[in-house]
Amino acid sequence: MLQQVDRIEGLQRVNDFVVKFANVNGSGSASANSMFAKAVLRMGVASTPRNIFPSNIQGLPTWYEVRVSEAGHLGARGGGVDLMVAMNPQTWDEDVKSIVPGGYLFYDNTKPMPASKFREDIVVLGVPLTEMTNKAYSDPRQRQLFKNIVGLGALAALLDMDAEAIEGLLAEQFKGRQKLIDANFQALHMGVNWVKANMAHPIGLRMRKATTVGDRIFIDGNSAAGLGAVYGGATVCAWYPITPSTSLVEGFQRYATRMRFDKETGKSKVAIVQAEDELASIGMVIGAAWNGARAFTATSGPGISLMGEFIGLAYFAEIPAVIMDVQRSGPSTGMPTRTQQTDITACAYSSHGDTKHILLIPEDPYECFEFGALSFDLADRLQTPVFVMLDLEIGMNERLCKPFDWDDNRVLDRGKVMTKEDLDAGKVFGRYLDVDNDGITYRTYPGTHPSKGAFFTRGTSKDRMARYSEEGPDYQENMDRLLKKHKTAASLVPPAILTPAKSPTKYGAIYFGSTSAPMTEADEILIRDHGAGLDLLRLRAFPFGPEVEKFIEDHDVVFVVEQNRDGQMRSMLINELEIHPKKLVKVLHYDGTPITARFISAAIGERIAADKTASSR
Amino acid sequence: MTYLAKPKLHHPDLHKNALGFTRRDYEGPVSTLCAGCGHDSISAAIVRACFELDLPPHRIAKLSGIGCSSKTPTYFLGASHGFNSVHGRMPSVLTGANLANKDLIYLGVSGDGDSASIGIGQFAHAMRRGVNMVYIVENNGVYGLTKGQFSATSDKGAKSKRGVVNSEEAIDLVGMALQLGATFVARSFSGDKTQLVPLIEAALKHQGAAFIDCISPCVAFNNHDGSTKSFDFVREHNEAVNSLDVITGRSEITVDYAPGTVEMVTQHDGSVLRLRKLEANYDVHDRIGALTYMQERHAAGEMVTGLLYVDPNPRDLHAHLKTVDTPLNELNTAALVPGSKALAAINASLR
Repeated sequence: MLQQVDRIEGLQRVNDFVVKFANVNGSGSASANSMFAKAVLRMGVASTPRNIFPSNIQGLPTWYEVRVSEAGHLGARGGGVDLMVAMNPQTWDEDVKSIVPGGYLFYDNTKPMPASKFREDIVVLGVPLTEMTNKAYSDPRQRQLFKNIVGLGALAALLDMDAEAIEGLLAEQFKGRQKLIDANFQALHMGVNWVKANMAHPIGLRMRKATTVGDRIFIDGNSAAGLGAVYGGATVCAWYPITPSTSLVEGFQRYATRMRFDKETGKSKVAIVQAEDELASIGMVIGAAWNGARAFTATSGPGISLMGEFIGLAYFAEIPAVIMDVQRSGPSTGMPTRTQQTDITACAYSSHGDTKHILLIPEDPYECFEFGALSFDLADRLQTPVFVMLDLEIGMNERLCKPFDWDDNRVLDRGKVMTKEDLDAGKVFGRYLDVDNDGITYRTYPGTHPSKGAFFTRGTSKDRMARYSEEGPDYQENMDRLLKKHKTAASLVPPAILTPAKSPTKYGAIYFGSTSAPMTEADEILIRDHGAGLDLLRLRAFPFGPEVEKFIEDHDVVFVVEQNRDGQMRSMLINELEIHPKKLVKVLHYDGTPITARFISAAIGERIAADKTASSR
Repeated sequence: MTYLAKPKLHHPDLHKNALGFTRRDYEGPVSTLCAGCGHDSISAAIVRACFELDLPPHRIAKLSGIGCSSKTPTYFLGASHGFNSVHGRMPSVLTGANLANKDLIYLGVSGDGDSASIGIGQFAHAMRRGVNMVYIVENNGVYGLTKGQFSATSDKGAKSKRGVVNSEEAIDLVGMALQLGATFVARSFSGDKTQLVPLIEAALKHQGAAFIDCISPCVAFNNHDGSTKSFDFVREHNEAVNSLDVITGRSEITVDYAPGTVEMVTQHDGSVLRLRKLEANYDVHDRIGALTYMQERHAAGEMVTGLLYVDPNPRDLHAHLKTVDTPLNELNTAALVPGSKALAAINASLR
């Protein structure tokens, strides 16, 4: 225990700190780490974990960062680590460096390490994990796995965590296997007891029971979107594996296998096909939707690029299609395992020619579920591609959110479909005939009627009756109607949500998706540091509703906060709403890490301070 | 092409099939392809096959990619839904359509550019998956709409209309289909209706991935001396391994051939294929033998046609996916949405 240097007084914080686990791949640490995050939740305190991982399967380092926040802040905090659990010698130097002054370093001190490997301004917590497990277990696999649990026990004692919360989680995980439960309890307490017998405990970072969590649930956005697709009535899913969207389809498959299984026949009410590429995925989605099934694909940026031609076909031939895009850092292969909001314009205007598509932008798993289900109604209602824009930050990390809810009276909206009965009753059918003057026309499914309602679907220009036509007026009428339909869409998509400041302000901020949690927290920092907050508008969809235009009109300066280099959403606001570019101030974060409240508040605070100085001159 | 519209008045004595339809009911608007185009003969063969099999036109979905061949679905089965999709991507659209409704008949029409060049990936994977469909490639060895460039099925050494000699090896779609697990593989010639119509009929009755490579000369760009896809060349080198009659439930089965020269194949839906062997040793159920035979005859300069391989009891994609019997596009809210109670249980498991 030579290295247990404790020269300084460490940080003193209750229920508000960041713990980062530096992992060795394949050591089975993931389960113990996730249990730590969940144990915090069981104590009623919000905890938000993030997987930080390279584009690699084995051998490269990964990290698991948990933000503990009784105030309920779910965004990445940024600004260093308060407690580093350094289990990976490969990244030791970097990990030690990332600890804030006064922070804590937890490590396995079985093997002595030179003093040069430590810092003087941090508190070092050495626990002989290997020594303990080597003594207690003979099987190498057991030694490895239980080391994680012993470590978890030690951490719990150091942070004054509820060991019962962890016991509860272990009991749930190994339900029905009492031997395993007992063994894990034993390991857990080995860690707890060692700390209690040998170390000053608890340390300055402490846990205390709270009531922040309430009835909220804890799930990753990809699984939530997959579940949303089940509730949205998706029966066909065609996809091609790509990070970070793969777990969305896996989530869909997991839920669908269970919830769409016909017990009597042993058959399934869903068809999931792993296609040969993204072109085939979207082709299958379009074919299935043309034929009246609800179909979707999940992908990421490179897949969106590949699907371009087909997306244009679906737009022009007016075929529903749901595309769930879990965004990662682009362009090209970019940083496949890093987050970004970077496909906004690529999706909104995908494909050649004049096109405009529907985007739904969830802020958290709750909305991933909501929009996941809603996207199918909108796609059918509007007969056009609908994109659900997740990103890696909310897609691949578990996140606290409202519990999902569902109204059992809700019926899947299949949109304007003419049936055999309609056709027999003599209703006039023209595939591209705008009878309701909303730009949305009626369609028929193939095989509907022996002699009526058949039409030819094509990507070439056509007249109202779906006949091939290269006549200028036919083409233009069709293009104008598509624009009208897009305007109709603005009244059907979820409106932007306004959170007004406590007192009137000339400053507004527009943001969307995973920027939501950090933006809310940034506003609190601005109130604290500058005395006033901003009016906030969270976009949830494209096309923009009238509330977006009004919000911009009502403010002198509007910050547009996004996670890409070029201010893609800002460009769309400028172009679609004809806003003067000077009025929209870019706040851009694009290094692949999730945007933080500190970053946003610093950027906005700087501008507000500069305005004050200028006006006082 | 002709600019004259098809007459709307039909002869009252036109023959009607079991559903009361005449051949006219299976036709479409007048073709805009070049006069004499092989593709129009294939359209006519499709019309005849569907008429003779008494298929309700609206229960057929016709899909295509882009190109001269892919334009043809407009010109047949006017009462069917059609989908002229994206270049080389008909197979995926057809696969999706098939997933949505297993009860329709899917007819995919493509060309050699559409399937062997830009769409070779989708062609291959649709065969691998065993999608229940009829996939016809109208193979003329050139790009017609862009005026006569070689396609990937052009034989090495074939001469273009402008005198350029093709230096690239040809892709053999029949060989690929055989190798990739298609359960019905045939080759035919648009100029041989007697052979083509029964092949299309048999393919329509087949309950798996059926592929027909139909050599279809391009009168505008590939019907000259030096072409290996011209009418004259194909007629001279065409070597059929068998000839076929399709016998459905209501036809009478009569055998009047010498023993050993005729094989009766009963397909899964009950239709019977009566195969008259023209090549005594050719076994239509031997996938590997078929591959070898095709290669040998090709090396000898022959173009082998006929029914080359058939598995009468195929398993299609729906069988692999174990989907319910009701078409997926007919499942309603009650069948698809698990409801609030199930959601509450999920919520509880996430705390």
